[in-house]
Amino acid sequence: MSRLNLSRRSLLKAGAAGLAAAALPMGLARAQSPIVLGAVYVGPRDDFGWNQAHATAMEILKTVPGVTVIEEENVPETDAVSQSMESMINLDGANLILATSFGYYSPFVVELAKKYPDVQFRHAAPLWKEGDPANAGSYFCYLNQGHYVDGVAAGLSSPTGKLGFVAAKPIPSVLSNINSFLLGAKKTNPAATVQVIFTGEWSMPVREAEATNALIDAGCDVITCHVDGPKVVVETAEGRGVKTCGHNASQAPLAPNGFITGAEYKWSTIYAMYADLLAKGEPLPNFVAGGYHNDMLQNSPYGAGATPEAIAAADAAIADLKASKPIYVGPLKDNAGNVVIEGEMDNYDPVLDGMNYLLEGVVGSIT
Amino acid sequence: MSAEAAGPIPTTRTPNVRTLKLAESVFVPVFALVGSFLIFSLFLLVIGKSPVDFFTLVWTGGFGSSFSIQQSLQRSAPLILTALAFAIPARIGLTMIGAEGALVLGGFTAAAIAIPLVTSGAAAPVAWLIMAITSMAAGGLWIGLAGWLRHYRGVNETISSLLLSYIAIAIMNFFVEGALRDPASANKPSTMPIGDAYRIGSIPGTDVHWGFAAGVVLAIILYILMSRTTFGFAARMTGGNVRAAKAQGLPVGFLVVTCCAIAGCCAGLAGFFEVTVIHGQANASLVAGYGFTGILVAFLARHNPLMIVPVAIIFGAIAAAGGLVQRRMGMPDATVLVLQGIIFVVLLASDTLYGRIKFFQPEARGDRT
Repeated sequence: MSRLNLSRRSLLKAGAAGLAAAALPMGLARAQSPIVLGAVYVGPRDDFGWNQAHATAMEILKTVPGVTVIEEENVPETDAVSQSMESMINLDGANLILATSFGYYSPFVVELAKKYPDVQFRHAAPLWKEGDPANAGSYFCYLNQGHYVDGVAAGLSSPTGKLGFVAAKPIPSVLSNINSFLLGAKKTNPAATVQVIFTGEWSMPVREAEATNALIDAGCDVITCHVDGPKVVVETAEGRGVKTCGHNASQAPLAPNGFITGAEYKWSTIYAMYADLLAKGEPLPNFVAGGYHNDMLQNSPYGAGATPEAIAAADAAIADLKASKPIYVGPLKDNAGNVVIEGEMDNYDPVLDGMNYLLEGVVGSIT
Repeated sequence: MSAEAAGPIPTTRTPNVRTLKLAESVFVPVFALVGSFLIFSLFLLVIGKSPVDFFTLVWTGGFGSSFSIQQSLQRSAPLILTALAFAIPARIGLTMIGAEGALVLGGFTAAAIAIPLVTSGAAAPVAWLIMAITSMAAGGLWIGLAGWLRHYRGVNETISSLLLSYIAIAIMNFFVEGALRDPASANKPSTMPIGDAYRIGSIPGTDVHWGFAAGVVLAIILYILMSRTTFGFAARMTGGNVRAAKAQGLPVGFLVVTCCAIAGCCAGLAGFFEVTVIHGQANASLVAGYGFTGILVAFLARHNPLMIVPVAIIFGAIAAAGGLVQRRMGMPDATVLVLQGIIFVVLLASDTLYGRIKFFQPEARGDRT
């Protein structure tokens, strides 16, 4: 326990000592100021999904000397998160808070950042903007690139070309994953379609299972999803003998027969960068976003469901994304027939952040 | 339902009988609490963790410093109000578990009525008053409806209030994701933010928000209403025996619906504070389970409005300490739920101790006057 008993004062002292040492001439090793990193998760750390992706990255940070990681799971997006973060700061001496759920940012992170200007806050969604506290910030990965790779592999692993997608809510980041999955599949099988069912909630296991079964009953032979914990979807599909693509973290252990690959975050890239900058005493960037081109995404290792052709095509797609080749190449129509994308869109074009349509080839409706 | 209503009415009220009753009502829950801590310690030993570390951390996180105490009070604020929303109908014999829905609806209507108020630049206190009244009316209507269905239509109030909760949440989602959605809330559908000028701050000198003060005041008012007025007496009598109450000519329907409406007002007000203090807008985060935790709090307080306040603070403290336990001992979040569950079961079981401990019985002590 004693390693955690760091008061803010002793941290400041250590920081001052570090600065003093850095100012001394050569010959003295620079003392690293200890970093206490508080991570807050909205669900359990072993959910085979969003929270697990973060927790896995945090495990890597725990091995970095001078970094202490403290974690709290199942913290709802209410006053409870302010309280948890404040408790980490006051009782554990946290000097970097990683708030990993979308709804933590406003008002909770913003207000605490104003209250504790010496503590750094970083939040896992692209919400920080100019004018927000300078000690707050955002980091985010564009997972739709991973879903695009999933689609490429799924297009060659599905005999019928009918793919199914269990989605939580019709919001831009989810829609972008569905559309990217479709575009990936169309690249390898131009006749591919994606049927989507929205469950309406981030975590609603019963409805997720129902949706998976409904998609399979409708003839889909590859299922993927965008919900908080993909466990139910992947296990249900595996139980029905249908192939799956994953989301957020690796679900390969859940589907030994049908798993193709999955879109995975690589938060460790960002977290390691933060730890490194803090150790050097350098400021953290306020906004970090990325994808394949800067090593912030990965696809789960291919499972038994992936055909050799699918693996080759997916590897090629990953190489394309690393070279920043665009996913959205117009003209593209939505599934009501309106042209929604004219020309080539950069993979990080902010216009895509406001996506409110399903592309032609997606069976389903956002209303 | 309360102990004094269930037991024989004492013919002589000597101070001694009262003192003994009070001592009993303090001794039994404390005994139960200590007992549940012991059982939980066994659980900790089985999974190889130190009970001493655990309870030291619970103390540090819940009450160890002024920071911790404020956290506990802050966390108890919504629980006091939702516990009142369970306790008041319980006094009239109803198991009304719909506080969650009333809270959500109260919060949502407060945020909705705020939109014209904020855009027209109304003075903040006026806006707060209108928002508070709206949220209480919405909550009152919701639980009042369950009470009305119970009395006039014979619909089981436990089922109907639970289902009405889901309807309330669905209503909020419908508007928040549709007509009242703030276009800026792309990835988390919400109503328009009420803005900093309309947010209610903390009680001066503390980090505790005004919802806590409101809860304490309401608990006192409702204690007086239920224990010291003819309305409260009639309600408790109805709770004891509804047919006897009818035979006495008591307006049972009015009493049932009014008690339920009061309960809904409490929960609706909790929603008002969630919006004006915590979130600044209405969205799915309002559905945080306070309504259901409130049921536990009310049970442990034996539906006594005054007792709800300390019990809610203990729950707030356990929740506040839960994070610290996770962080320092590396234990899963469910640990605190196990503790809460054990406390709940042991305290309910301890109800059977009332009247069985000879020390507290005046007859057995030969104190008869």
